[in-house]
Amino acid sequence: MSDSTKGVSRRGFLKGAGSAAAATALLDSAVLTVREATAQITGPPVYGPGRTELALHVNGSERTVLVEPRTTLAAALRDELDLTGTKVVCDRGACSGCTVWIDGLPVASCMTLAIDAAGRKITTIEGLATGDKLHPVQEAFIEKDAMQCGFCTPGMVMTAAALLERNPDPTLDDVKEAVSGNLCRCAVYPQVFEATLAAAKKRKASQIAGS
Amino acid sequence: MTEETSRKTRPETLTVGIAGSRLTTTQREVPANDPPPLPPNSDLHVVGKRVPRIDGARIVTGAARYTADIRLPGMLYARMITSPHPHARIASIDTAAAAACPGVRAVHVLDRYEKDPIVRYAGQPVAAVAAVSQAAADEAARLVRIAWEPLPFVVDVESARAADAPLVYPPNPDDKVPRKGNVRGPVKRGPRGKPAGDALDALANSPVVVDHTYRTQVQTHATLETHGVVADWQPGSAIVYASTQATVAFRDELAEVFGIPKARIRIITEYMGGGFGSKLGMGPYGVLALHLSKKAGRPVRLMLDRREEQRCTGNRPSSVQHLRLGATRDGKLTAIHLSSYGTGGVGGGAGSAGPAQNMYDCPNVETEEADVFTHAGPSAAMRAPGHPQGCFALEQSIDAVAEKLGIDPLRLRDLNDSNAARREERRIGAEMIGWSARHKPGADKGTIRRGIGAAQSIWYRFVRLDSACEVRLDREGSVEIVSAVQDIGTGIRTVLAQVVAEELGIDPRGVIVRIGDTSFPAGPSSGGSLTTGSITPPARNAAHGVRTQLLEVAAPLLKADPAHLDLREGRVVVKSDPSRSISLREAAAKIGPDQIAVRARRSEDYGTPPLPPGQTSGMGLEIYGGVQFAQVAVDTGTGAIKVERVVAVHDCARPMNPLTIESQIKGGIIQGISYALFEDRTLDANAGLMVNPNLEMYKIAGSRETPVIDVHLLEEYIGRTSTDAGGIGEPATIPTAAAVANAVHNALGVRMLELPMTPDRVLSALRTVRS
Repeated sequence: MSDSTKGVSRRGFLKGAGSAAAATALLDSAVLTVREATAQITGPPVYGPGRTELALHVNGSERTVLVEPRTTLAAALRDELDLTGTKVVCDRGACSGCTVWIDGLPVASCMTLAIDAAGRKITTIEGLATGDKLHPVQEAFIEKDAMQCGFCTPGMVMTAAALLERNPDPTLDDVKEAVSGNLCRCAVYPQVFEATLAAAKKRKASQIAGS
Repeated sequence: MTEETSRKTRPETLTVGIAGSRLTTTQREVPANDPPPLPPNSDLHVVGKRVPRIDGARIVTGAARYTADIRLPGMLYARMITSPHPHARIASIDTAAAAACPGVRAVHVLDRYEKDPIVRYAGQPVAAVAAVSQAAADEAARLVRIAWEPLPFVVDVESARAADAPLVYPPNPDDKVPRKGNVRGPVKRGPRGKPAGDALDALANSPVVVDHTYRTQVQTHATLETHGVVADWQPGSAIVYASTQATVAFRDELAEVFGIPKARIRIITEYMGGGFGSKLGMGPYGVLALHLSKKAGRPVRLMLDRREEQRCTGNRPSSVQHLRLGATRDGKLTAIHLSSYGTGGVGGGAGSAGPAQNMYDCPNVETEEADVFTHAGPSAAMRAPGHPQGCFALEQSIDAVAEKLGIDPLRLRDLNDSNAARREERRIGAEMIGWSARHKPGADKGTIRRGIGAAQSIWYRFVRLDSACEVRLDREGSVEIVSAVQDIGTGIRTVLAQVVAEELGIDPRGVIVRIGDTSFPAGPSSGGSLTTGSITPPARNAAHGVRTQLLEVAAPLLKADPAHLDLREGRVVVKSDPSRSISLREAAAKIGPDQIAVRARRSEDYGTPPLPPGQTSGMGLEIYGGVQFAQVAVDTGTGAIKVERVVAVHDCARPMNPLTIESQIKGGIIQGISYALFEDRTLDANAGLMVNPNLEMYKIAGSRETPVIDVHLLEEYIGRTSTDAGGIGEPATIPTAAAVANAVHNALGVRMLELPMTPDRVLSALRTVRS
């Protein structure tokens, strides 16, 4: 992805969207590539309201999507790339069910525009395991039964795994704090705590053994 | 393929009682084709063991496909049009502008409004549009023009009872239950299977009387996956992916509405993101989506958004319970009288009398329950309908009787509750929580005051005979079990694998489980804690049929009598000489046809009067108990209650998988805490609208509200089926709010009569003792 997309701000998009609103068509409008858009408009690049080509770095590979600028990252992942492991639950940043990593940090993908994620490193639940080798947090979730209906599980796993990235030796309170935004209606929280602590312990032990 | 059903029986000796306490045997007639009774869990290899979910890897990697994740070629996206008014007449509907919107392929208005053009709550579905993207459908939905004539409404339960309140429904002369205005009932009842006695007379003559009125709020299910379907109409038939806890019921309802044979509709529910009772029926979205698909000639995805989910898919009704208990001076209950009403909005089912009717041994038990209709979203079954609210009242009043008499609350329960499992549960739980060190109510001093309380549960053994499985073994040695039953999140997929694995002596991870599809043998709906008790017996019976046929195939290979062979660790073994064995694969290779396939259906509970002809669901003789103990810390400065620890002692007949059972119990407890302290569907009385139709203002418990939970599971054998399994979903959540309330009383010396126990209510209660 070119650097130009990195400069896209929401304000710039909205400004452009307003001036172009008269020419709007929801779906069947002409497709503008980033390059074309940049060429046509001076100053900061403006996208939309029609569909725009974006390159997303997802789980280690570059994927191109054709989305309206208003499309959230969650919608782009699910509807355009068929990465449906990421769940949309509240669609307004209240439950963390849609958690993915952007540049290694957990974010609510329902509150992130796809256009803002372009050019950055996105990791979804489908990209957490290494081939057939599950991430230690995933293994521990299975072992401790940190799931029931499983709908919150991808978001919960992404949050817990992100915690271990920034704090390899968390306390119980650290885990509770980390997942405090992740809602689970079946309420598997105790098993999530147990699994995350077990994964940290196991990872630490294997690192010591490996060093 | 053979069907393993028979009316012939044989006598059998069955283990009954509580493991570790006392186990005895009893003789009962069992169906002749049923396998020999399963020994207690200690003698088994797979059943009763902590087996991790066999589909855990699919769930944690995001590979599990829920209805919301289904993508079909050419699929359209739909959005509903719902009422903005709590009560209004539809004068006209104009869909032209929506239909002309770019990308729109179909619009459908529910035909019920032709007969009755009235909406009765804000959020009531009226129509839906389907378009090539969700954004286009959302846009078009806004362009459906409905001319509304707003009507007077009432959303508050007390106002709705008034004689001059706006009526939710016109009078219905066909209804057998009397109705006065918006009040339907009261329905009077006594205990199940026992005479009611005369509670009012007994109360008048009781030396000790406790008379309290309790109030509980409306709770929404708030399932994480919203209700919805992907409907694919094909001429004269349909395939519908549905987020449902009842594939078969969903199919039957859809077949009736569309007038096509059930067999031409296939419902698929591989994974579903939570139901808690709200996904037992089809709902208007199922009808809308299939109509749209029929009109557009393309598959249609209709998933509700969060706001719709919170407003129109169901709720646990509120309750106002006037409960009076009478007792003798030595602590024997003489009378229980409950008079209750509540609102399930436009729905009924607001009764809460189950615990009062059936929990205690009391000679005089009378209850009366009424539904109050309001212009609010419909009720739906929610995890133990009526019981958490009923227990909140009953279990606090039982404690109050004990306090009046100066008797330990657990001792009072011992005097009045003959259920053996609960007696044992009280004893075990008291030890685990440190009951003997419990202080007197209100004895703790300081700003933060701690207390311990207990409460117990009652639930019923529902049985569905329309529960069937087929177990297959092919010549490659692959073992498969199929059934229409769906996994609502309890892990029934894994339990079925365990049952088959135990019978065939193999690893449960090697069993292929295909469920959640109505093209397989009928499965029960997952509601009422009946799934495991209903579907595991046919699973075992079918697996046993496969075992029998396989041993016949293997016998000549091992030059032994089939009766002298056993299946263990993936091998067919000669019992008397384990060195003589062949692998299951080798034996399977010799199967004559392509596979052995045995289908079995749930037989009636052993030693139980048969259900009336034609009836396929009923209630077993046993009940499920459960006793929970809560320890709370109450901040008397802020009024905030923190549940620090819960000890839960439960029974569910034979525990099939303690790992997943404990998950259900812990989840039930946390949901119960959430109900006790936070959740409250709030309607604006002036606007008639729900003000918190989301997950940030409708507060559910999170990690910070989760206490330490210790679970002890009783192994109780009741000798009723070939697996002797029971259920745990409902019992786990029934007593929690009551246990928390009793703990708060122990901490503060004041009784919380209303849910949720919010800080403001705690502070008001504290003011009453101070003044």
